[in-house]
Amino acid sequence: MSVPAFIPQNRYRPRRDYFRSLCWIAAVMIILLLGFIIDEIFTRALPAIHHYGWHFLTSSEWRPNRDLYGVLPMLFGTAVSSFLALLLALPLGLAVALFLSENFLPRPMRQLMRMIVEMLAATPSVVYGLWGIFTLVPLVQHYGGIVAHHWGWIPFLHGPAYGNSLFTASLVLALMVLPTITAISRAALVAIPDTFREGAYALGATRWETIIRVLLPYAAPGIVAASILAFGRAMGETMAVAMLIGNSQRLTLSLFSPSNTLSALLANQFSEAEGLQINALMYAALILIMLTLGTNIIGELVLRRTQKALGGGHCL
Amino acid sequence: MNQQIKNSTEQVPSEVMSPSSDMETFIKVINFNFFYGKKQTLFNINFAIPTKHVTSFIGPSGSGKSTLLRNFNRMNELLPGVRHEGDIAIDGKSIFDASIEIIALRRRIGMVFQKSNPFPRSIYENVVFPLRIMGRNKRSLLNETVERSLRSVALWDEVKDRLHENALGLSGGQMQRLCIARAISSQPEILLMDEPCSALDPIATAKIEELIVELKKEFTIVIVTHSMQQASRVSDLTAFFNFGKLIEFDHTHRIFTAPIEKQTEDYITGRFG
Ligand SMILES: Nc1ncnc2c1ncn2[C@@H]1O[C@H](COP(=O)(O)OP(=O)(O)OP(=O)(O)O)[C@@H](O)[C@H]1O
Ligand SMILES: [Mg+2]
Repeated sequence: MSVPAFIPQNRYRPRRDYFRSLCWIAAVMIILLLGFIIDEIFTRALPAIHHYGWHFLTSSEWRPNRDLYGVLPMLFGTAVSSFLALLLALPLGLAVALFLSENFLPRPMRQLMRMIVEMLAATPSVVYGLWGIFTLVPLVQHYGGIVAHHWGWIPFLHGPAYGNSLFTASLVLALMVLPTITAISRAALVAIPDTFREGAYALGATRWETIIRVLLPYAAPGIVAASILAFGRAMGETMAVAMLIGNSQRLTLSLFSPSNTLSALLANQFSEAEGLQINALMYAALILIMLTLGTNIIGELVLRRTQKALGGGHCL
Repeated sequence: MNQQIKNSTEQVPSEVMSPSSDMETFIKVINFNFFYGKKQTLFNINFAIPTKHVTSFIGPSGSGKSTLLRNFNRMNELLPGVRHEGDIAIDGKSIFDASIEIIALRRRIGMVFQKSNPFPRSIYENVVFPLRIMGRNKRSLLNETVERSLRSVALWDEVKDRLHENALGLSGGQMQRLCIARAISSQPEILLMDEPCSALDPIATAKIEELIVELKKEFTIVIVTHSMQQASRVSDLTAFFNFGKLIEFDHTHRIFTAPIEKQTEDYITGRFG
């Protein structure tokens, strides 16, 4: 690196270098830690990987007593519950983010609302699970039954409807990822300079047109990031899901049937597992970690491309 | 016909409102006071801005130029706790009249800001934004509008091959001209400009000044500027503000050669403060 001679170099260099080394050490440690975790899981999963290979992913039999293991139902449950949660939480989360960033409400009310959303984020998973058992389970059982009765011919909606089901888990997951979506989308919206709002209003746009045509496109990278992080969080969420999803290893295509996710499977079975079952569960854990890592990497890439299309790095 | 505006509270005789009787009044400001909360920032403003001319607002920082400008399209009403007294009439009709829709008012008035603010969309979509929100989506009309508007801001040749690229990829001067194109694309009657060149280099500034002179054939233009040269180059009339009061309003050449008020003279000769 060449530095013009007239810049006094030695005055600032030492401190910056310490700080730099510190950052490097921290970064390397994080990578090592992640590598260590993956390595550990991989080693323990190896016997199951040798034994079942790719069949593990495509088989829908999970029978520990016969040492038959396949995670297709859990893959399905993980993907559907996370996707459904995102689908439910995104409109609501965006609406809340808009309420918090634009001047719909007087400032004190906005602050109150923001606090409530933060409290949602701070609520322990098990509490969501308990609440779900007492309120969501009966509701889904009742109304799910009605829906399945009338609209059962629509794919994914057929009966019989159970209270502990894929749909119940998705509902609680939606609530749990709401703060993530709201907080990140709000940050993206707040980062938009007021000159853009003014510009739109001065052209005669209504508030609604300003939001739809200017603010949301501008905040899109942030909203995409929010969605992907929320999806990742939903995939990994364990306790509340394990309490509500019904823990059935059978592959059923109805939202109202008991189902399972990878994380809930691990939580439910690990304490009593032995022999090859432990290896199979570690194999499942390896898949889960790959999925969440993959989600985040894809998210980063999408985020970067969107940002580029929008002309550069604002917000986040 | 050289005259000054006295800041008196009594009814202002109509003949002092406009410097020239051969100019047709378009915007008329009558006994206008403005308050941010408890703080009064405009004091009993009275004058008349003529149609299809360039009127510039000059004066020290904080003298209320932007505040008055932003009252013409009622942009100040986006802020909480603002209040006005008196009236502003455009084309003979009060803009505060209950029958006036604020959205419709703003669509009659284009505004260009100090910092250019193209939306993060294509050049094309930026220009047609005002038409789209009016529900005019006919392709041929939009295409025509884009070409006409970009031509009138002398941007067409520079961007005609990349109309569908993001507007944020333009240079600062190009962005500001795009914002002017957007402000005039729905053919408003008035163009308000608040220090439109303050972030631009001299070449881009010269382009925009040329443009302003060109655009006054079609629009009534009001421009806030801190540059005396700019005011004298582009404007027909100049209003000098100080401490929220309109001190003097006259033909630009008179303001710059023979101001009546001592304050005006001190300001334009740089002996201010
Ligand atoms: N949003 C606001 N809230 C409260 N006071 C404000 C607000 N905007 C402006 N003011 C005050 O109103 C007065 C006039 O401000 P204004 O922006 O109109 O001045 P200006 O002549 O445009 O100044 P400049 O040349 O610096 O742009 C100033 O005292 C300013 O502090
Ligand atoms: Mg100003």
